[in-house]
Amino acid sequence: MALLFEMKSLSASYGSHIVLQDIDFKVSENDFIGVIGPNGGGKTTLLKIILGLISPVKGKLLFNHELLNGKSIGYLPQMSTGDINYPVTVTDIILSGLMIRKGVISRMSSSDKKKAEQVIIELGLVGMAKSTLNELSGGQMQRVFLGRAIIGDPKLLLLDEPANFVDTTFENDFYEKLRVLNTRMAILMVSHDVGTISSHIKSFACVNRFLHYHPSHEITNEDLLAYGCPIQLVTHGDVPHTVLKHHK
Amino acid sequence: METNIFQYDFVIKGLLGAIFASITAGLAGTYVVSKRMVFLSGGITHASFGGIGIGYFIGINPVIGAAVFGILSALGVEYLSVKQKIREDSAIGILWAFGMAIGIIFIYLTPGYTPNLMSYLFGSILTVTNADIIALGAMSVVLIFYFGIFYRTILYISFDEVFAKTYSSYVDIFKYITTSLIALTIVLNIRMAGVVLVISLLTIPPNIAMLFTKVYFKIVLWSILAGFIGTSTGYAISYFAGIPVGATIIFTLVIIWVIVKCIIYLVKKFSKH
Repeated sequence: MALLFEMKSLSASYGSHIVLQDIDFKVSENDFIGVIGPNGGGKTTLLKIILGLISPVKGKLLFNHELLNGKSIGYLPQMSTGDINYPVTVTDIILSGLMIRKGVISRMSSSDKKKAEQVIIELGLVGMAKSTLNELSGGQMQRVFLGRAIIGDPKLLLLDEPANFVDTTFENDFYEKLRVLNTRMAILMVSHDVGTISSHIKSFACVNRFLHYHPSHEITNEDLLAYGCPIQLVTHGDVPHTVLKHHK
Repeated sequence: METNIFQYDFVIKGLLGAIFASITAGLAGTYVVSKRMVFLSGGITHASFGGIGIGYFIGINPVIGAAVFGILSALGVEYLSVKQKIREDSAIGILWAFGMAIGIIFIYLTPGYTPNLMSYLFGSILTVTNADIIALGAMSVVLIFYFGIFYRTILYISFDEVFAKTYSSYVDIFKYITTSLIALTIVLNIRMAGVVLVISLLTIPPNIAMLFTKVYFKIVLWSILAGFIGTSTGYAISYFAGIPVGATIIFTLVIIWVIVKCIIYLVKKFSKH
């Protein structure tokens, strides 16, 4: 699979506080990587570097410009960013995902609006095009923001803690949608909920100042200890869940 | 004959004032209400009173003094909140009272003629000049072009600033420009509604509009209509009853809001049966 981007001994810091140190990391087409690690370990910072919101203090981030540039990245931020009572419709929120290709003086063309309709159908939001966020459930809201991230047909989709605002009822449905999207874009998903994501991802990267890449989706306590990733495995009773095999 | 000409002039001035006040307040007010900046806007309004006082003291047009104070305080609060160096509501509260204090001190220090404080605090038809009407008209044109040309950019930044920063490096610039335009809109409407009441001119029409629609640009259009009905009716009542125009306009707008709310409630109740 063709490489999308590569980080070479990259470091990032906030002031004198080093958040990421000497990161070497590659992401290729069709990857589905879970980025796990404790809070404050640098997971979101990693996404911000890819988005160009933070510049590394050391090292390099190299894009494969034939496949990927800043305009072909979709981003689903943590829930808290948009005001759910804002008077803006589902269609308009999804259309805002196209702003990355447009200037400040922008009109949405009829093909843009058609594209938004397709996304609405694909994500099961039919009938909600003219609704505002406060009329939707948590799961539906999440799909609206996912729609905003994918309307531009990105080559790389960045998800920041998507499990945070999803109802467990919608969880399987949401991951099924991601599986379908993964056939046409690489996905990088930040989460602290290892138990839930391990059955959906293809591989994982543990980020706690340093980054350790693990080319399998099975995450064990031993791995986490070895990588210095002090996080808890979350398991559920009486609901569909994944139990990981014992490490020998 | 002279009385007729005066009345004619008065009607034209009132009508134009009502049109321009409702356009500027509708556009700025929808932004302020949607973005929950009502308190900030109140702070800007009262801070600008400091400019009015200083304007009188040094002998320049008080509206210019108010505009300078209004824009500087708006940019100051926006800058500090971008840098996250202050508790925004406390800073606004301090600014609010400090502006009023400066205004009152300088008006009392001004030698000779002391302007009627009431007209600035509560609005007065007699102090609205042709120049004020022209300035409001120019402001209407500027705001229509600004919001018309940059509609989606402004809408999306105000809805979700964090996401907007992932695709645009102009987010902070747009915030500063929009907030400055809102400060100017407020200052230019002070002549009509007065320092104490002008914020309601911005906030009541969008709240009436939101009873009808949830779509941003439709809220703007309904706000302008509601604002026009409220300001023109209030202006007329104020003239015939001889009461301060600002208070009359705000009173009329609140009555419209209550009536519309009741009608919608009754229609909903009736349509269920």
